Amino acid sequence: MKQLVDKYAKKLVAAGLAESGAPLVGGLDAELVWNQRSPDSRELGKVFNKLNINSLLFSKPAEPYCSLIEYLVSCADDAIYPGDCETRTFMHDLPVVRTFDADEIARALKQRKSVIIPGRGIITWGRVSPEQAFIFYSSVCFACFVKFFADYLNDSRAGVVSEEQQRVFDTVFKHLEPLPEEPPVLMQGPYQSEAEVYRALSEAGRLTVEYHLVDSFFGNISYLYNNTLYISQTTSSLDELEGCIDPCPLDGSSCTSITASSEFTAHREVILRTGMKGVLHGHPRFSVIISMDCEKEICEFKGQCHIKCPEKRFFEDIPIVPGEVGTGPHGLCHTLPPAMKGHRGVIVYGHGLFTVARDDFNEAFANLLAIERGCRDEYFKRVGRHR
Amino acid sequence: MNGWNGTILHIDLSKKIHHFEHLDSEIYKTWIGGKGLAGYYLHPHIMRSWDDPEMPVIFMAGPLVGTASPTSGRMCIMSRSPLTGTVGDCSVGGSLGTELKKAGLDGIIITGKSDHLSGIEITDKSVAIRDADDFAGMKTGPLYERLKRNGAVAVVGPAAENNVLFSSIMVDDSYAAGRNGIGLVFAAKNLKYLTVKGSGHVAVHDSEGLKRAREDIFRLIASSPVLFGEQGIAYYGTGALYDLMDSRRMMPTANFKRTHFDMASRMNAAAYKEKYAPKRAGCKGCHILCKKVGQEGDHIPEFETMSHFSALLENEDIEVVTRANALCNEMGMDTISAAATLACFSEISGERLSGYRILSLLEEIGQGEGMGRELGQGSYRYAVSKGRSELSFSVKKQELPAYDPRGAYGMALAYATSTRGGCHLRAYPISHEILRKPVATDRFSFAGKARIIKIEEDLNAVVDSLTACKFVFFASSLEEYARAFTTVTGVETTAQDLLKIGERIYYNERIMNAQNGFTSKDDDLPPRFFEEAGSSGTDIEVKPLNREEFLQVRANYYKIRGLDENGVPKEEKAAELGLKWEQP
Ligand SMILES: [Zn+2]
Repeated sequence: MKQLVDKYAKKLVAAGLAESGAPLVGGLDAELVWNQRSPDSRELGKVFNKLNINSLLFSKPAEPYCSLIEYLVSCADDAIYPGDCETRTFMHDLPVVRTFDADEIARALKQRKSVIIPGRGIITWGRVSPEQAFIFYSSVCFACFVKFFADYLNDSRAGVVSEEQQRVFDTVFKHLEPLPEEPPVLMQGPYQSEAEVYRALSEAGRLTVEYHLVDSFFGNISYLYNNTLYISQTTSSLDELEGCIDPCPLDGSSCTSITASSEFTAHREVILRTGMKGVLHGHPRFSVIISMDCEKEICEFKGQCHIKCPEKRFFEDIPIVPGEVGTGPHGLCHTLPPAMKGHRGVIVYGHGLFTVARDDFNEAFANLLAIERGCRDEYFKRVGRHR
Repeated sequence: MNGWNGTILHIDLSKKIHHFEHLDSEIYKTWIGGKGLAGYYLHPHIMRSWDDPEMPVIFMAGPLVGTASPTSGRMCIMSRSPLTGTVGDCSVGGSLGTELKKAGLDGIIITGKSDHLSGIEITDKSVAIRDADDFAGMKTGPLYERLKRNGAVAVVGPAAENNVLFSSIMVDDSYAAGRNGIGLVFAAKNLKYLTVKGSGHVAVHDSEGLKRAREDIFRLIASSPVLFGEQGIAYYGTGALYDLMDSRRMMPTANFKRTHFDMASRMNAAAYKEKYAPKRAGCKGCHILCKKVGQEGDHIPEFETMSHFSALLENEDIEVVTRANALCNEMGMDTISAAATLACFSEISGERLSGYRILSLLEEIGQGEGMGRELGQGSYRYAVSKGRSELSFSVKKQELPAYDPRGAYGMALAYATSTRGGCHLRAYPISHEILRKPVATDRFSFAGKARIIKIEEDLNAVVDSLTACKFVFFASSLEEYARAFTTVTGVETTAQDLLKIGERIYYNERIMNAQNGFTSKDDDLPPRFFEEAGSSGTDIEVKPLNREEFLQVRANYYKIRGLDENGVPKEEKAAELGLKWEQP
């Protein structure tokens, strides 16, 4: 347990989601252990007694998250309502509690996977592993980032940006890390053996995380070799793919894909339709924000854009399509593959970006980076137009 | 009341009378329904012998059954297990739970013993006890055909009439309340069948809210590769797990001597799909539809059956697996215990069983003839009679399912602590140890597992009380179902509140078992798992379980569960959960 709480405390810092020394992670088996000594562990220890959970994570988020989350809670009553699809599906809303009090915290965590305490930070829990707490925390940061920037764009278009909002925006802007100029040099394809495929997937996955094109774990990657699709497993971290890749034969002779990414079908269809060998999928933030920016004021599908948007929308040459995770009636496996044909990438509304690999992941990675850079530039262009 | 009907039907077969009990809403809130409420009714009788006429057989549906809540067509059947002596219960699908609720009932409690073979027919609030002498010895399939116009049907087959300790109750032809020998308690009342037909509907507190909760759950299900991925169980049935178990080197093979089956790639769900081109079918009110039926009407075996009738017996013929499955269902006996008992027989006798021999032994067991009389007592009693108890792969005398515990340490602990003996469903750690839901845990480590198993036991106790299907929890979580519960019943709750009730339900079962003398010596695994390695693969080493580590994690579990060091409940913990218990 100690090993696990240490691991996820470190991961938060490495992912840029918390300052070094900030995360307090507790794990409970027969005994309660913490990653570090902290005066807060007493109050949080009481939360363990009130909930059937095995881990708790509490941390002040790093910038730019800290400022923008503080701003969002200052505008919210008792919860923040995110607009991106992942958060909507898995987290619902993000409750806010004003005091660092075990009863209050437990009451909120009984209903939801996270609670935000203004001035203090974010608390999340895990039922079977601190990894869940890490994922929930990271989701809160991602959702708030997207909401803050999307709201700001809408508000500036409407000319209703408040002074405070502007001040926070300027602060957050200063803390935004620039995107790396150049993509990395990745293994050259086509890959010649199963071992090479595993190495190439792990390498591209890890660098996608290091380049901040995705929060750790959100995303997936696949490559076709010998009529078998090698794909990252469901809930695997893109930066830790060793041992987490499933070989899924495309002749239907085995069911090993049941632990594969929920986007298995979408990946396979993209590959079959485009004749490409690989797919890379991340959740770069400005691609997500731009995909949700629609100027249409009257629309019969308002509120259902993520599943029903009927428009042919593009960012430059990149199609933006609706679709939910998985293979349901509104699943992105129906919308993504036809859109990918003849394009370097496709953005799924409010969710993320998919690019394709011809022989290896160099081009796919470069496109992921270039499209995100384009979206980021476009965002500030749109904001500037209205300022 | 919403969700609950507020009415329990009591039937006394000795006196041939019945009455309706109108239950206080506080009792529903305390026990939810399904398994929780069944345990409440079983407790006062738990020290009776299973064949005591006063021992009840309890059929109980939960508040979500018969509503639009997803996957809520299931119900619980409970009594004391003839096989294990523990509390004995099964979650069963089909239409019985739904019909019961439509008949205005939440449950049926049957006590007494008829003086001759009988059946019970319920249509809404009318109850008839019928003569069933003509049906003596009848197999479950033909009997179902005779009765199906009466609504939902629960029957026992020849196995129960012939005292097989792992007899099942078959619901609607192909849904088995398979484990614990629950069918034998039913037959001990001289009961051959129960039919229920209802014409009402279940009142729901907030149907708009339920619709939203339902959509949330559907969205999560759609995103789950295990459920609705194209190779998931919606399309391949639970057999979709087969390849995975073998590739993870935890497929019990040759009576648990090995954990890898060379023929697995030719006996998998894809092979059944090619051979039988099955259609989807399933429980009432479910859209996952994990049951698979071939073009000629063959029922495609469930994962456990597929695995045990192939790898565990080293059988390489798919046709034999399908026929063994059909035979067990026709005879009304549990496939897991039947296959594992044959595997135990095979190892002790040194006889490698041919397909023909497997089928003829099953026939003998069901009919109570020849070798079948000995084997119908289950692997444990058979192995003891040969002086080889260590070769029965059972916990509390119930045979283990198709997950080798050397490949999933949480499963090892969960097998040991299960209140109904060798069972994978009490905590179902396969979810995180293999299927990576909600996230992956290290399957070769006991670290953290004690608390996880305790929490998941509580969780599944809730699921079996609502009642819902465990599979949906690969995708959804209790948070979504807590909302479904509140919108159905109008009772405000949270996932954590429900887990607390789950803890009460599970502790009540520990108390019942303790009353019958169960202690830590019963929470243990067969010695082979600690002594022999499994079949390692290229990147996977399957070591024997470490005995000290196992005892430590079990001790941790006792502490977390609030039991003493012998696994016996404590008075103060019982009181905290609102239960009565005097420590011996
Ligand atoms: Zn995604």
